[in-house]
Amino acid sequence: METATMTPSPTTPTHAVSMDARSAPASAPAADAPPLIEIGGFSFWYGPKQALFDIDLRIRERAVTAFIGPSGCGKSTLLRCLNRMNDLIDGVRVEGSVRVQGQDLYGPDVDVVDVRKRLGMVFQKSNPFPKSIFENVVYGLRLQGVKNKGVLRDACEKALRGSALWDEVKDRIEESALSLSGGQMQRLCIARALAVEPEVVLMDEPCSALDPIATAKIEELIFQLKERFTIVIVTHNMQQAARVSDETGFFMLGKLIEFDKTDVIFTRPKQKMTEDYITGRFG
Amino acid sequence: MRRLGRLLKGGEPFIWLTGSALAFSLLMVAGLLFLILRNGLGFFWPADVWVFTLDDGSRIGGRIAAREAIPEPGAKGPVHLKYRLKVKEGNRDVTGADFVWVDEAKIVKRERPADMVAFERREWGDFYGWAKAVKDGEKVVAEGHGPAYRALLSDLPKAREVRDEARRIEKDEIGSVNYAKEKLRLELKRLELHGVTSGPAVAKLKAREDALTATYDELVKKLDEVRSRLATTVVLETVDGKEKEVPVTQVLRADRPNEMGLLAKAGRYLVGVWSFVSEDPRESNTEGGVFPAIFGTVLMVMIMSLVVTPLGVLTAFYLREYAVQGPVVSAVRIAVNNLAGVPSIVFGVFGLGFFVYFIGGSLDRLFFAESLPTPTWGTGGILWASLTLSLLTVPVVIVAAEEGLAAIPRGMREASLALGATKFETMWRVVLPAVMPSILTGLILAMARAAGEVAPLMITGVVKLAPALPVDGYPPFLHFDRKFMHLGFHIFDVGFQSPNVDAARPMVYNTTVLLLVIVVALNLTAIVIRNRLRKKLRTSGI
Ligand SMILES: Nc1ncnc2c1ncn2[C@@H]1O[C@H](COP(=O)(O)OP(=O)(O)OP(=O)(O)O)[C@@H](O)[C@H]1O
Ligand SMILES: [Mg+2]
Repeated sequence: METATMTPSPTTPTHAVSMDARSAPASAPAADAPPLIEIGGFSFWYGPKQALFDIDLRIRERAVTAFIGPSGCGKSTLLRCLNRMNDLIDGVRVEGSVRVQGQDLYGPDVDVVDVRKRLGMVFQKSNPFPKSIFENVVYGLRLQGVKNKGVLRDACEKALRGSALWDEVKDRIEESALSLSGGQMQRLCIARALAVEPEVVLMDEPCSALDPIATAKIEELIFQLKERFTIVIVTHNMQQAARVSDETGFFMLGKLIEFDKTDVIFTRPKQKMTEDYITGRFG
Repeated sequence: MRRLGRLLKGGEPFIWLTGSALAFSLLMVAGLLFLILRNGLGFFWPADVWVFTLDDGSRIGGRIAAREAIPEPGAKGPVHLKYRLKVKEGNRDVTGADFVWVDEAKIVKRERPADMVAFERREWGDFYGWAKAVKDGEKVVAEGHGPAYRALLSDLPKAREVRDEARRIEKDEIGSVNYAKEKLRLELKRLELHGVTSGPAVAKLKAREDALTATYDELVKKLDEVRSRLATTVVLETVDGKEKEVPVTQVLRADRPNEMGLLAKAGRYLVGVWSFVSEDPRESNTEGGVFPAIFGTVLMVMIMSLVVTPLGVLTAFYLREYAVQGPVVSAVRIAVNNLAGVPSIVFGVFGLGFFVYFIGGSLDRLFFAESLPTPTWGTGGILWASLTLSLLTVPVVIVAAEEGLAAIPRGMREASLALGATKFETMWRVVLPAVMPSILTGLILAMARAAGEVAPLMITGVVKLAPALPVDGYPPFLHFDRKFMHLGFHIFDVGFQSPNVDAARPMVYNTTVLLLVIVVALNLTAIVIRNRLRKKLRTSGI
């Protein structure tokens, strides 16, 4: 397993991506740089039930990586493994490795809290705390012991601007976060994740509960965030994946079927299954 | 048949069933409240005082307490009913009893003399009649019903001053001397325990003791002086001409209810209510106020709340958040729920054995050896009673808190964890605030239960008459080792243990009203806080 991670075998789709990326002149000056996250030979069990099978995947820095696939195929599971949220579930087991900048997340002396600080997460169902908007945004900073009101205010404004919510809420920052609309709440959750300056933002179907306008706003936001953060997004919406992501992984039944540049996946996928799924013939 | 089936399916009968169940419960509660209020609150109303002349020429004066039909043994069907009156005659020192039954048929004349006076006295209860004369020693200051009454009224404020002053000297000045003396005595005893019976230390303490004794004598003299400041006496006269001379300081209030207008009566009523809640009890609790009992009840409930909330919440957190869910935890949960069904007296016995004898006794041996064999903590006290009640009510808080914890969406915890919070930080910053309303609900139920509980208190620290409140001006100010009074026990004591049950009955009802008012007030406070929190935490539908 270890070696597989270190040197991806030529047959893995990951490899194909890097080949492709190298030949593509357009995006990604970081294409040559080593990937930020390397998932190698990763398998995952919920108790006796295996949910992920031997996943190999590389996620580039300052790019948007999308996970697509039919319901129950393990997209969320993989995403949650990236910041070890699955540790909270009893009886789970992992095999293989997830390396972030060379450090194995599942290594023996890894601080889970630290991992979660570095890899922020936005959930499918927005989950603001029943506190004020301000307190929601600075929650992570308060955890880190920041007390200075001025620092917190600046960080709050920066995060809210970063999530394109500032103009809408700047006058009611002390009001309860629960008074926001669904789309605003989701952007608040994004701001909350951004405020601690993570390296990676993991998003699990962030738009699934939102209307098209709110969705458009968040997609636009993802586009801007790409400049500063590495983003991994799970989505059911093909158009969304095509619009926002640089690279896309297609999952089925816990296996990574294909991983490549997004336009490759959507225009000339190598696997028949991917093509069927994307064109909607999948049943 | 088919129609019946349709009717049942439609649910109409069910609505009626639920509706009548509700109506029935409401009716019972309303009936109970009505009974209590009717019997209690009328007590303070300054009703008219009557003089009845009977056919044998004797005269009876007082307030009408009740009227009832005279049962006729053997009579069939509705006959010409005869009634009798229960008259509160007062004047217990003259007549020997408070109440007398008067057959209406024997009454030949009823009067309400405008100048008839109702006296409220410190001892021997009410007196109905007239002030015949006011004397200063042997000298008559005023004579005749009118002048004597007015002279008495003008002396009453002074009487009150003298009473208050004497009370202050007794309680505060003499009290603090006694306190200091007791401390000296204990210090001497402590030295003795260490084998020191003479020497400079003992001599110094002895000297101080002598000084205190001198102060004490002085204070006693001062007390006598204060008491002698108002030496006037009043001669009271009953309706049948008997006389009784009492010091003016013994008279608390004097009214002419038959002369009073509605407004004056209402004012007098409020004064009565106020003195009930603000004064100390008199006459072995059958008269006066219940302030110490109110104080004891509220303080006990508060101590209990301070103990039971953290205890219950921590338990609930462990059960729900840390313990591995399984048969053991389920068994614990069931056991906790069933604790609520243990008779409260059993908790009392446990409290007596564990808190009072074991913990209290050990504390005494370790820290208060000098005052043994008089126990300090090894006897009932407000702290032990409160702790016993906390045990009694902790299941309620646990259950409520656990339910609150179960209702918190997983997303909220995950959001916190995903931001790098530890499990503890998540619980402290997110879960605990969100579960607060549920905790308060549990506390509300616990308080209501605790305030009404009597049995376990009787053996862990409640007394009929506590010499001092558990909070006062002497360090350490909070004396949680002291015995205390409690409204629930007061009801039992006044209603069933007092020598004069008839006279005390309104007190029983009024104490009940008061207990209800306190429970409602405590609950309302908690409910208001909870609703505020809820509003803050209100989860919006997306
Ligand atoms: N806590 C859990 N315990 C046991 N099995 C689980 C748990 N969570 C998910 N699974 C199972 O793991 C598999 C993958 O689930 P996952 O949530 O990753 O799917 P998904 O791809 O995110 O689906 P969706 O698109 O519907 O969100 C599913 O078969 C699911 O039933
Ligand atoms: Mg999912």
